[in-house]
Amino acid sequence: MTANVTKAAGPPQAPGGARHEAGVRVVISQLTRTFGSLRALDGLSLEMAPGEFVALLGPSGCGKTTALRILAGFETADSGSVTVNGADVSPVPAARRDMGMVFQSYSLFPNMSALDNVGFGLRMRRLPTAERRQRAAELLDMVGLTGHARHYPHQLSGGQQQRVALARALAIEPKVLLLDEPLSALDAKVRLQLREQIRSVQQRLGTTTLFVTHDQEEALSMADRVGVMKDGKLEQIAVPDQLYARPATAFVAEFVGTMNRIPGELSGTGQVRALDTLVPVHGERPADGTGTVDVLVRPEGLKIDAVPGGNGIVTDRAFLGSVSRISVRLSGDVTVKVDHPSAAAGQFAPGESVQISLPGAAPVLVTQRR
Amino acid sequence: MAAVTDAGPASPPARVASAPAARRRRSLPVWRWIILLGAGIYFLIPLYAALRFSGFGTFGQVFSQTGFSDALILSVKLALVTTVLTLVLMVPTTIYVHLRLPRIRPLLESITILPIVIPPVVLILGVLDVSPPSLKGTPYLLALVYVILAMPFAYRSLDAGLRSLDLKTLVDASNSLGAGWPVTLWRVILPNLRTAVLSATVLTVALVLGEFTMASLDQYQTFPVWIVNFDQTSGPVSVAASLFALFVTWIFLLAITMMGGRTARRIGGGQVDLVSVAHQETGDSR
Repeated sequence: MTANVTKAAGPPQAPGGARHEAGVRVVISQLTRTFGSLRALDGLSLEMAPGEFVALLGPSGCGKTTALRILAGFETADSGSVTVNGADVSPVPAARRDMGMVFQSYSLFPNMSALDNVGFGLRMRRLPTAERRQRAAELLDMVGLTGHARHYPHQLSGGQQQRVALARALAIEPKVLLLDEPLSALDAKVRLQLREQIRSVQQRLGTTTLFVTHDQEEALSMADRVGVMKDGKLEQIAVPDQLYARPATAFVAEFVGTMNRIPGELSGTGQVRALDTLVPVHGERPADGTGTVDVLVRPEGLKIDAVPGGNGIVTDRAFLGSVSRISVRLSGDVTVKVDHPSAAAGQFAPGESVQISLPGAAPVLVTQRR
Repeated sequence: MAAVTDAGPASPPARVASAPAARRRRSLPVWRWIILLGAGIYFLIPLYAALRFSGFGTFGQVFSQTGFSDALILSVKLALVTTVLTLVLMVPTTIYVHLRLPRIRPLLESITILPIVIPPVVLILGVLDVSPPSLKGTPYLLALVYVILAMPFAYRSLDAGLRSLDLKTLVDASNSLGAGWPVTLWRVILPNLRTAVLSATVLTVALVLGEFTMASLDQYQTFPVWIVNFDQTSGPVSVAASLFALFVTWIFLLAITMMGGRTARRIGGGQVDLVSVAHQETGDSR
C-alpha cells in the first residue's frame, strides 16, 4: 500500500501565533532502519512546524518508537536525515541534541529526589546550584508537585513520577520534546488528567513535540496533527478531525475509531451501491472500478429505524453515555454497529427487527472484500 | 509559573504497607521457628565446640603469635588489590553486556562459573606455568588468580543488581539530559548499583580472607595458610584464630547488610540479603 498523505500532511504555518516562537522546525526525510530482517522504518518522512504537537499513532512494530529514538539520537538511521531548524543533527550524539524525553517506563533516577531529578539536566549544563534548584522548583510547581520536591521516586505514585519526568525533560528547555508512550503505564483516571496537563504545558511553552502512542484517543485528543504509521511508513498525517472523518486508506479508517464493513457493489461510475443506496467513493479503489467490495462506514454514519420485517435484527445494545451503540445482524451474517441517541435507543432491544440504511451522499471508502 | 491542576492524590506509595500485612510478616508460623531453630543449632554447635576446645584465654595469645600480623596484613592487602581489580574489570563489563550484548549473558554466566568447576590445584599450576617471570615472585600473581576466583560471585551480585534496574531507560534518560558516559556511570548507574557493588566487595573479601589452596601452592603465608601451619604447633590457638577470622568475616557481612539496608530505606531499592550473601560465601569452601 503506498503512502497516501493528504493535503494536510504539510506542517501548519505556526498555528496559534506567538506561543510557537519557542519551538523549532523539525524535518525527517526518508528515514530507513533495519533490524536484521525486520524493516522498522521504510522511508519515513515528516515535517513538524515550530511549536507543533505531532502524534505518531500505529500498531506495535510499525516503527513509531524507532523514529522517535532516531530523532532523540539513541538509534542511527541506515539512510535519511533529521534536521532541526535546517541543521542536520544526524552526527550529533544524544547528549548534545537538547531533546527532552519522557519514557514509557518510569525513568526517574531512583537515587535522586524529585528536585534533583528535575535539576539533573541543569547540573549537566553547569548551572549554579541556587539557580538550578530555583528552576527545578519552578518546574515542579508547573506540574503541580511543589510539595513533593524532597520525595524519592519510590515515594511517588506512577502519575506523579511521570509528571516529574515531564518537568525534568522540560527543565533543559529542550528544542524538541519527545514523549514515548508516557501514559501507557498509568491507570485511566490519572492518564486522562496527565494527558490534559501535558497538552496544557506544551501549549504554554510552545515546544515542538513528538508524541508516540498506540492509543488513538490520546493521539486524537492531544495532538495538532496525527500521523498513522504502518510497516515503517506514514499512511496518513492530518489534523485529528480530518483523520477521523476523511481517512485516506482503509488501514487508517479501521485503525482510527470504529468502522463497519458492509458489502457493496461498485458501479463503475465512481459510486458504490450498499444497503440499496448509491454513494460516491473517495480514496483508493480497485483498478477496474467494478466488482464486489466492502464499504467502510462509521457507526454514526448509519441510520437505524424500527421497522417490522426490516433488513436486520438487533443483537446487542451498549450504553455509551449520550449515545448507545446498537449491534445489528444483517443478511449474509454481517454485523454492523450503529450509534443512536440514548434517549431514543430504548426501542432497539435485542431481537427487534430494524431497517439499516445509508443516509445522505457522504463519500465512503471501499476496500477488498474479506 | 502557574500551577496546573494536580492530578489528584497519589495512590498509596509502595513502601507504605498496610498494618495487617506488616503483622503477618512479623509473626512467623511455628514451623518456620522450628526450622530456624534447627538450622541455628546445626551452625552453632560446631562453633560452640570450637570455642570450648580453644577456650577464651587463648584469644589473647592469637595476636602475639609469630607471623600473625604479617599473614593478616598480607591477606588484607590481597583482599584490597583483588577487590579493586575485580570491580574495575567486572562493573563496566557487566554493565556493557546488559546494555549492548544482552544475548551473550548466558554465555558469560557459563564462563564465570568455570573458576568454580576447575579444581584450584589445576588452576594454580596452569597460572604458574604461563605467568610472566616478573610476577612469579610477587603476591600480586595471587591477586590475579583471586580475581578469577572471585569472578563468579562478583558477576552474580552485579548481574542481580543490574537486573533490578531498567538500565537502558536510565542510561537513555541520562544521555538525553546531556550526561556523557562517565557522568552516567558515576551519578546514575553506580549509586543505584551500590548494594550490588557492596555485595560483590564483601564476597570477594571473604573469599580472599578464606582462600588456602592457591596461597599454599604458591608458597605465600596468607592468614589461612598461617592458621593451618600454626595448627601443627598449637591446636587451641589455631582454632581461636579460625574463630577470629570467622568473626571478622561476619562483621563484614553485618556491616554490608546495615549499609545496604540504610541505602535501600532511603531510595527504596532492594536490601542486601545476609542469608543469600552468606549462602554464596559458604558456596566457596576453598
